[in-house]
Amino acid sequence: MGPSGSGKSTLLKLLNHLISPDSGQLLYKEQSIFEMDPIQLRRRIMMTPQTPVIFEGSIKDNLIVGYAFSKEEAPSEQEMNEVMQTCLLKKDLAEKADNLSGGEKQRLALARAMLMKPDVLLLDEPSSALDEDTADIVMKNVVDHTKHHRQTLIMVTHDKKIANQFCENDINMKDYSLK
Amino acid sequence: MKDAVDLAFWQILAAYLFVLILIIIVRLKRIPREKEIVLATTRMTLQLILVGYLLVYLFENPNPFYTLLAIIIMQVFAIYNIYKRTKSALGIEMKKIIAASMTIGIFCSLLFFIFVVLQLSPWYEPRYFIPIAGMIIGNSMTGISLGVSNLINGMKAQKAEIEGALMLGATPKMASSKIVNQAFDAAMLPTINSMVGMGIVFLPGMMTGQILSGTSPIVAIEYQIAVMLGIVGSVSLSVIIYLQWGCKTFFNSRSQLKNSND
Repeated sequence: MGPSGSGKSTLLKLLNHLISPDSGQLLYKEQSIFEMDPIQLRRRIMMTPQTPVIFEGSIKDNLIVGYAFSKEEAPSEQEMNEVMQTCLLKKDLAEKADNLSGGEKQRLALARAMLMKPDVLLLDEPSSALDEDTADIVMKNVVDHTKHHRQTLIMVTHDKKIANQFCENDINMKDYSLK
Repeated sequence: MKDAVDLAFWQILAAYLFVLILIIIVRLKRIPREKEIVLATTRMTLQLILVGYLLVYLFENPNPFYTLLAIIIMQVFAIYNIYKRTKSALGIEMKKIIAASMTIGIFCSLLFFIFVVLQLSPWYEPRYFIPIAGMIIGNSMTGISLGVSNLINGMKAQKAEIEGALMLGATPKMASSKIVNQAFDAAMLPTINSMVGMGIVFLPGMMTGQILSGTSPIVAIEYQIAVMLGIVGSVSLSVIIYLQWGCKTFFNSRSQLKNSND
């Protein structure tokens, strides 16, 4: 947590190795991430940006795009529907993703990252476009899902209620430093 | 075969009168473009007069060195024109890629065309070599120019989408494939359009020139088909090479998107 411009999103991008620090080290499982293949790393430490990125095509195309990138076999439609349910997204897989509302797109991006089963999930304000009730349920489901799959969840949020309810470790940021 | 109609001095003057009327209309309509029209007309006239005399000299004194020199000058001018036409600032790496893709694409197409299709003897026969090279270089210049603008604009406009794909574990090539494809389509569009409309909507410049100078339309068409295929080949090859290398300059060795393309 922290005020706007304090470096929260930048921190997530550093962990996803989408940007590199000017100095210092970043270790993952005691190994410097600079020695790791950045593309493989991003598949294990996956980030979802605050403004969801939706690709051309159907909801299904969007859900399996990560698998297309890694050239792995895509999960079954049943699995896709289950993850969508976790994110309270009741939509047909064949529907065009572009027709979804802002909140639905955010949940689709969240479902897509969860479906990839990364070791670490980096979520940048995942509930910013959701109403309070939906946000509460979705975040609870996401936390339960990540616990069940033994994943680490690092989340940037402005929502103190969500932070108090779900976070095991609070990190506060101010002026690009951890407090 | 009839001889070409040689235009008298007053006939050419009449053609300029046509432009003068255009300038008067533009002025009356208060479209502030008279200066550009006058400049472009003057420049075109001077360039063509100079080239005319130069070509007469080259045709009368066929020499491989002069022919190659003419091609190199045309090529350098075309590359410089691409740099100038691109609105975004081009980094040194991007400039090198533009020059390399233009050179490789044109060199391969020209070699194939001169030695396999036309089988010129001698190979440097300037009457054929220079105009054909001119058409291939000119069209490739337009193609790469469009490819450069579309690639740079696409990478800027769709930065969030590229980053989003990288976050999901895409390689830089995968993340930029949509933009590369769009840039390729845009670069090829003028050539494809001109092929589709050829013969029905308009008669191409080379063919018109040949027919006006007394060549049989059938012979002119044979050359036009061959040249058009050479142009399509050269434009596609240059643009593909440019886009493959050019899109890599937007990423660093850590598969991260660079902030600026310098």
